[in-house]
Amino acid sequence: MSIDLSQFKQTFIEESDEGLDVLESGLLALDSGTADDEVIHAVFRAAHSIKGGAGTFGLNEIASFTHVMETLLDEMRDGRRAISKEGVNLLLNSVDVLRELMDAARDDVAPEMSRANEVQAQLDVLLANNDGQVQSADVSDEEQTGSGVSNSGSEQKGWIVKFRPHEHMLRTGNDTVRMFKELSSLGDMENSADLTTLPEFTLMDPELSYLSWTITLKNNEEQGDIDKATIEEIFEWVEDDCDLTIEPLFEGGLVETEIEPSEPVENVIPVAEAATISDNVKPIEEPPVENTSTERVSPKKKKSSEGGSIRVGTNKVDTLINMVGELVITQSMLSQMGDEFSMDKLEGLREGLAQLERNTRELQESVMRIRMLPISFSFQRFPRLVHDLSQKMDKKIELKMTGEQTELDKTVMEKIGDPLVHLVRNSLDHGIESPEIRLAAGKSEMGTINLNAYHQGGFIIIEIVDDGAGLPKDKLLKKAIEKGLVSPNENLPDEKIYDLIFHPGFSTADQVSDISGRGVGMDVVRKNIKELGGNVDVTTNPGKGTKFTIRLPLTLAILDGQLIRVGSETYIIPLVSIIESLEIQTENINSIAGTTEVYKMRDEYIPLVRLYEVFDVKPETTRLQDCLLVVVEGDGGKAGIVVDDLLSQQQVVIKSLETNYRRLDGISGATILGDGTVALILDMSGLLAMAKEIEPVRSYANA
Amino acid sequence: MSNIQDIVGDLDALTDENADQYLTFIIAGEEYAIDILRVQEIKGWDKVTTLPRTPEYLQGVINLRGTIVPIVDLRKRFNMPTIVYGPTTVVIVLRVVGEEHDRIMGIIVDGVSDVHNLKHNSIKAAPEMNGSIDARFVSGLTTINDKMVVIMDIDTLLNSSDLDLEDNVA
Repeated sequence: MSIDLSQFKQTFIEESDEGLDVLESGLLALDSGTADDEVIHAVFRAAHSIKGGAGTFGLNEIASFTHVMETLLDEMRDGRRAISKEGVNLLLNSVDVLRELMDAARDDVAPEMSRANEVQAQLDVLLANNDGQVQSADVSDEEQTGSGVSNSGSEQKGWIVKFRPHEHMLRTGNDTVRMFKELSSLGDMENSADLTTLPEFTLMDPELSYLSWTITLKNNEEQGDIDKATIEEIFEWVEDDCDLTIEPLFEGGLVETEIEPSEPVENVIPVAEAATISDNVKPIEEPPVENTSTERVSPKKKKSSEGGSIRVGTNKVDTLINMVGELVITQSMLSQMGDEFSMDKLEGLREGLAQLERNTRELQESVMRIRMLPISFSFQRFPRLVHDLSQKMDKKIELKMTGEQTELDKTVMEKIGDPLVHLVRNSLDHGIESPEIRLAAGKSEMGTINLNAYHQGGFIIIEIVDDGAGLPKDKLLKKAIEKGLVSPNENLPDEKIYDLIFHPGFSTADQVSDISGRGVGMDVVRKNIKELGGNVDVTTNPGKGTKFTIRLPLTLAILDGQLIRVGSETYIIPLVSIIESLEIQTENINSIAGTTEVYKMRDEYIPLVRLYEVFDVKPETTRLQDCLLVVVEGDGGKAGIVVDDLLSQQQVVIKSLETNYRRLDGISGATILGDGTVALILDMSGLLAMAKEIEPVRSYANA
Repeated sequence: MSNIQDIVGDLDALTDENADQYLTFIIAGEEYAIDILRVQEIKGWDKVTTLPRTPEYLQGVINLRGTIVPIVDLRKRFNMPTIVYGPTTVVIVLRVVGEEHDRIMGIIVDGVSDVHNLKHNSIKAAPEMNGSIDARFVSGLTTINDKMVVIMDIDTLLNSSDLDLEDNVA
């Protein structure tokens, strides 16, 4: 082929990823027995296009592996083979193997074939086992005999290919000329066309294919014997759109019966066309080659940046273009006004600026929307996970998902994946009981896990609910006392006890399984979610089930903030963590042991955090009655932050400090204010943790 | 200052592939040089936003066209007496090559002085030093106009691990 294909490889791999997802979800549907014919057709088509594409891009391992899968799927599709659990599981394994191969192809490295070979062998065994029951000839079998002949027949001179395209073949974008050209490159080709089906000129539809061909391909001395697979590969894309037979050609076995007088003419035209086409193509060929060589330098970088591409709906892009258009109009209006400004136009200027502000905000919102993806991207791996694990553990579990269309920011989505998997695994392993225990407890044998997502304010809430045994309160408490986290005579409220599961190194599993229970999980889950500015809570009902609730900000790029001032520094407190702000009444200040200050707010006491102490900056005043108190909530506890002044509230764009520096305790990022200066965004949980560590040195505290 | 011979020498060095261009700057009367290809821009001193609980020499961060750039005061870094920032005080914004990724950082110096072409063979190895400037930060010594110039290894100097290590002190 004369077009450089590597430029399309990335697209192929992305498409294949989608294909693999279709394969997987289809197979899972097959497994649960809810599938209709359409599902297996979809699965087959997905496998088929992966195979075709892989062949085109020279990814032979993928092509040959998918071919075996396809054979199996084909039998299932035609009803020649019953859809067995064994078969589906094997196919699911194959999907995993394909993913690995695909990843290798993406990174341009040689694939790890050991697992692929293993699974392929299993597939072969399965196919061979069923040979007896299958009525019609097995496809792979047929191929084996085919290649057998080509090996054994010493007198074989080549192949006879009978090719009869279906009428609509040309409409699928396949070009017979291209195929003939490729065939002719394999050896000496003679081609004869059957014109008998050609209608009268006036009746002819130029978009339909009326001809059929008999092609004799003789082995060429220079190029050696032609492999049947090579020929099949050429017809790979059209195999469903034509009748194709490939038979070995033996000495003297030339087929001459179908040759008609007009045949040479038919033959000459395509070849001539082909020549001109290839001439046209050549100049274009050069630049893509250079392109790929530069691209090849970067694949490693690509992976580490974990970025990749996102697909954006055209409507979202259209909206953006509209808004940019409006922005440009407003801008030109303003600049025209600036050119010939006089004081009487002040009102117009104000209006223009207001319009500019509106345009900018709308534009910002639309740009943010581009990064929003439905959470189904994250949820889609769970059916597979639940399927695999429930089999492994001999449990019967049904997974229900709601709110898959709830959108959230792509970066949040990428980071929430692992914690979610962990929580679902936990529910599977510890939550849902084995069928016997469930029956004994009077529940249905089938356990249920509900994954639920919805929006609430600027947050997305994800719930993982199981109807299992619930958390063992006594066991948790016992373990906590054992570990010295809780003193034996302490009276903890229930939610505090359940919260213990988020403590590092805490596992109540009697046996450490390979699924979960090593006790390294839940604290990491909480930590990861905290890092995203979210929170995770657990509620449980003994005997009825457990519910994990994750609260996450919709986006990491923008937040609503309250600007505060301490001395000459400006900081930003995220609005979501502020409960209220108030003036300090000195009579409400109490101190414990002379060091820890608490403030009585209605009926609770909250610790005071003097921000200037934590951050070691020079405050305007240390007299509490001149300060303001911002009551915040972080990490499960409230605190009052002592600040000099409250400034405005505004939306801020979060910039990372890590890009050029590193993470700092108590600070989640920075932003740029209207005057161009940098302001730091406070991380409440981190800040409160820091405040606890600080040894209060209050030399001028009560001044 | 430069006489005709210097100019000819510079021209020679320009065309010489064994030479690199260096930007020199001054701290406390001493001249230092850095690879000019690392310099992103030179800007006047402006107010920075301080970062809490960081080493003292990390002066703070500035907004460089939307990017947050940390600024290191070299006088404080080398424990030299500090001065009040004045009109000649400049920030040199540099690209620092790190292990994982490159960073943009700024250094505060008393003033920039010149650009010189230095031949590789004119750069001498630094002797073992025992003072506030660690030998690790010096990649070599050279002589320009009969004055010694210290060629600084900014990657080691502004390496994040170095900044990280010392933040326990703060």
